[in-house]
Amino acid sequence: MDFLRPLTWEQALAYKAERPEATPIQGGTDVMVEINLDKGRPAALIDLNPVAELTRWSTAGPEIRVGSGVTYTRLIAELGPLLPGLAQASRTVGSPQIRNRGTVAGNLGAASPAGDAHPPLLASGAIVEAESVRGTRMIPITEFYTGVKRHALEPDELIRAVRIPAATGPQYFSKIGTRNAMVIAVCSFAVALHPGERRVGTGIGSAAPTPRRAAEAEEFVAAELDWEGRSPLDPDVARRFGELVAGAAAPIDDVRGRADYRLHSLAVMARRTLGWAWNDYTGRGPA
Amino acid sequence: MRVNISVNGESMAADDVWEGESLLYVLRERLGLPGAKNACEQGECGSCTVYLDGTPVCACLVAAGQAEGRDVITVEGLAAGGELDEVQRSFVETGAVQCGFCTPGLIVQAHSLIESTPGVPEDAEIREALAGNLCRCTGYEKILDAVRLAATRKHQP
Repeated sequence: MDFLRPLTWEQALAYKAERPEATPIQGGTDVMVEINLDKGRPAALIDLNPVAELTRWSTAGPEIRVGSGVTYTRLIAELGPLLPGLAQASRTVGSPQIRNRGTVAGNLGAASPAGDAHPPLLASGAIVEAESVRGTRMIPITEFYTGVKRHALEPDELIRAVRIPAATGPQYFSKIGTRNAMVIAVCSFAVALHPGERRVGTGIGSAAPTPRRAAEAEEFVAAELDWEGRSPLDPDVARRFGELVAGAAAPIDDVRGRADYRLHSLAVMARRTLGWAWNDYTGRGPA
Repeated sequence: MRVNISVNGESMAADDVWEGESLLYVLRERLGLPGAKNACEQGECGSCTVYLDGTPVCACLVAAGQAEGRDVITVEGLAAGGELDEVQRSFVETGAVQCGFCTPGLIVQAHSLIESTPGVPEDAEIREALAGNLCRCTGYEKILDAVRLAATRKHQP
């Protein structure tokens, strides 16, 4: 195994071009587990920690550009008001020690269907900024996940940043697990209201081979909500939204939970998070 | 490969480090610092918690090469001049130590909480801060007592 230590982003891209089989490592919270437990041994590691520019975030118009080295801890502390859904999901990641090292870009690189960042990224319509010596690609999040732990990056590409539209309405994340900390999601769900466009975004985690949106549920509820009059959420609409979200999932039975439990809990989480978001939007306060 | 790390304020070098090796392995097996404990090797238990550039992390999840040129403080580094740190004394006094295996990680994590919190943290804050440190003996109550005691002594001397 080789350990490559680029000091600049250009050097990192050059290493990845030379060694496309190399695994980039940021916080190590996935990569090191694989190595420690001998589940896989990369041909080489590219340590991105020394590339200082990756630890920055900035606002670019309506978007927040989060560098691939920004940890969950910093995202929670610094970006909560701008990216509330992602910040909520970040708070549920592992433990303080894990959040001090782990990154959203690392979650994307691992592309586990259970990754906590995926549902809010889907609900917000994030874009993955991928780069290689050949150039930059902006990959819409809906096109990023291609299979279980598989993604749309080319072998010579690295994630430079994730571009996430700043919230224009309430956002919520919910996750099922056996305890509050150190939980890999049994399943998870994120909702984002986009009042300007009269649109609702969704993201389902850990209930299909990849994280995915519930497109039919989004269209249904966007048409039913009383955006102008801000009247209370019709319980039948909320229930139907939950059913459509569950209908968009394709879960399996595994060690963390049964498929039918995942479908049931997704419907409940979808109904509840929509209620919380709608109460915020209509100024009714917490449900 | 050779890895150079500042450990507890002292410049140290480890040779013949395997590229996939963890910082934890380097500390314990190459630098003779067995304070940080090796248990789960997957970041679940917190027994290997150390400071990396002032931030508590699981040493088992830091690749050795990632620690190159950086500052590491282990539990050994908290007892300056052989005097136990306030957090360590509080753990002893409250009976927060039983088998002791989780203790070094808990001490470092609790130390970080107390250093970064003005005043005595609420129970909910302590529980959240220690959520990534597993203890199978104590039931955690004495550990909460220890953290409250250490924080009280630090902030209300």
